[in-house]
Amino acid sequence: MKNNTKQHEPKIHVAKRGGMVWYKSWGIRAAAIVLALIVCAVVIVLLTGYNPIQVYKAMFSGNFGSSRKIWNMLQQLAMLLCISLAVTPAFKMKFWNIGAEGQTLVGGLAAAACMIYFGETMSPIILFPLMAVVCILAGMLWGLIPAYFKAQFNTNETLFTLMMNYVAIQLVSFFIVFWENPKDSNTVGVINRATEGGWLPSLFGQKYLLNIIIVAVITIAMYIYLKYSKHGYEISVVGESENTARYIGINVKKVILRTMALSGALCGVAGMLLVSGTDHTINTGIVSGMGFTAIMVSWLAKFNPIMMTLTSFLIVFLERGAGEIATALQLNESVSDILTGIILFFIIGSEFFVQYKISIRKHKKEER
Amino acid sequence: MKKIVSLLMVIAMVAASCFALTSCGSKDTETTANSDIKVGFIFLHDENSTYDKNFMDAATAATEKLGLSSDQVMFKTNIPETAECYEAAADLVDAGCSIIFADSFGHEDFMIQAAKEFPDVTFCHATGTKAHTEGLDNFYNAFASIYEGRFLVGYAAGLKLNEMIENGEITADQAKMGYVGAYPYAEVKSGYTSFFLGARYACPEVTMDVKFTNSWFDIAAEKETANALIADGCKLISQHADSEGAPKACEEAGVPNIAYNLDTREWGPNTALISSKINWEPYFEHIINATINGTKIEQDYCKGLADDVVQTLGLNEKVAAAGTAEKLEELKAKLIAGEIKVFDTTTFTVDGKQLTEYMADVDSDASFTPDTQVVENGCFMESTKRSAPYFDVDIDGITIK
Repeated sequence: MKNNTKQHEPKIHVAKRGGMVWYKSWGIRAAAIVLALIVCAVVIVLLTGYNPIQVYKAMFSGNFGSSRKIWNMLQQLAMLLCISLAVTPAFKMKFWNIGAEGQTLVGGLAAAACMIYFGETMSPIILFPLMAVVCILAGMLWGLIPAYFKAQFNTNETLFTLMMNYVAIQLVSFFIVFWENPKDSNTVGVINRATEGGWLPSLFGQKYLLNIIIVAVITIAMYIYLKYSKHGYEISVVGESENTARYIGINVKKVILRTMALSGALCGVAGMLLVSGTDHTINTGIVSGMGFTAIMVSWLAKFNPIMMTLTSFLIVFLERGAGEIATALQLNESVSDILTGIILFFIIGSEFFVQYKISIRKHKKEER
Repeated sequence: MKKIVSLLMVIAMVAASCFALTSCGSKDTETTANSDIKVGFIFLHDENSTYDKNFMDAATAATEKLGLSSDQVMFKTNIPETAECYEAAADLVDAGCSIIFADSFGHEDFMIQAAKEFPDVTFCHATGTKAHTEGLDNFYNAFASIYEGRFLVGYAAGLKLNEMIENGEITADQAKMGYVGAYPYAEVKSGYTSFFLGARYACPEVTMDVKFTNSWFDIAAEKETANALIADGCKLISQHADSEGAPKACEEAGVPNIAYNLDTREWGPNTALISSKINWEPYFEHIINATINGTKIEQDYCKGLADDVVQTLGLNEKVAAAGTAEKLEELKAKLIAGEIKVFDTTTFTVDGKQLTEYMADVDSDASFTPDTQVVENGCFMESTKRSAPYFDVDIDGITIK
């Protein structure tokens, strides 16, 4: 066939879509999930020979199989959501804070310090506010250091925040040497195991309920802050264009510092909820990568705090499902990592089709 | 906004219905017959970690031997030393397990927490220290007298050094070994000291340098540390951890290596000499049988060579000195018979003096108060006052770098 168009025109043409009606965009996403499940099913059969339905059932029961599992799932969701909310204002400002892991860890370290030094002597009415303040300050400090250098000297915040994670890990290792029990074992053990001093209290007999409520409140507050407050507006403007922000009289440095202080402070809260409200111990792995997973949660939800409850649910669901597959079907967790990868690939991929339209040039039709 | 709300509602409804369907399973642990006993295992990592693999293989072997079907055995892998360990244990209780075992030191406090909450369920924990002080009758510790195994493989190391001296490869005062330690923790110190004493039993001139990686498992750091020790003139390397770090460094440098928990001949065909190992299968059989028959579980289980709980494996004839196998058998028989004691205080000195008494911190407390006399009848009584090791003395001949 002879190509006799004047200029070569690309065969595939990608164009940005305008607004898409909601049912269409959700249709695309739903189709993506269905496709992902089908691909996963093929992979399951090929790799393990199991019935995919059995695997999906195990994943589901890993999350909803008992009331304990539901509470654990909600707790994990709350923790991931809290850290995701923390990184969101910074991301919206296009400040690539990948140091949430470290910011949360120093928050947790501060909580552990309060529990160890004051947990058994101080009245809870003073202890918990004090702990909250110390944790928030610790997280804030960890966020402000890279922010200061970014605002003042325009250093690369990605590298800076990343490196701060390692500093935080070393700092925790250092303190573990002081607090370890038994000696030289490099574990702190459960702090105040007998007295439960400095442990966040249970509500209605549910030990994680307080964590969940706190995070729910933060979610709503963050939604309002980003959407309706002047600060939220300034963050978006700085994120879109620093020059525009300057032009309309926004103090960019101030916004960077303030936003990262907020980001770090929320990580500090997450650290407190993890140490005082969940694990009651401190070690370098306590944040277990949530600081990085939070980046994905935040992006998948396009920085919308309410949507983040869904995206963090998705991640937690897959993660807990993975654990259950390993237990129930005696498959290695790597199998479920593969499934998680496939599902996320399709979900992220579907966003492309929500945003862009692909048109394939038809031969018959000539120029418009 | 509406779509989110409706979606959340769907999720909530599904969750609620599912919960309603599954949460009414009964949990009577009172009657435990062979047919309905369920055993739960909690592992720090999965089978990709050699430490956990050693436990997992033993668990599989023991449960198969006792005729438990696969749905009577539950494995929880990748459980960190946080509240997740408690949750995993509680979840296993929900699933109907009547014995729950955890394999990592940091799991202990969370296992105790679960043991207090579920008094009808038996909780067993390897490497822990608190069973004898906690006062719970459903929480047990276990370890192995691995120091016997380390002593044996140390003896093989001493024989190798003797051979190198005889062949003129090294002089007697160059007979220095290197040990890649994890933390300066009693378990590690007990391990390298028994290894050293074993070597000195064969080769009286031997000395040893110890370096710590400050991690239980760090392949890169172990490799680096082994290299540093070799550069410092160590003629033979052993290590606490069970990664490929040190064995590979040794293979590259052509230095004999003595490993832990696994046969490393595939990483070091020309340098891997022998390994010592804890075999957990007898312990698992012990706890499962005790639960089935309603007999008592040992509060601090610690067995060794005599019960096949401590083993040597992977003797590499190519590397080991001639006649090692026979000599090891002889020494093993003597150790089992009690003719030779690993921590015989006449065989080592501390600051130039023989150890006549030593108070060890056997009962864990926050201020590490030494509380128990552990030197009896001219011997440091390792692992008799509790299962986990407490030998933390720095003896002469070993240099900590």
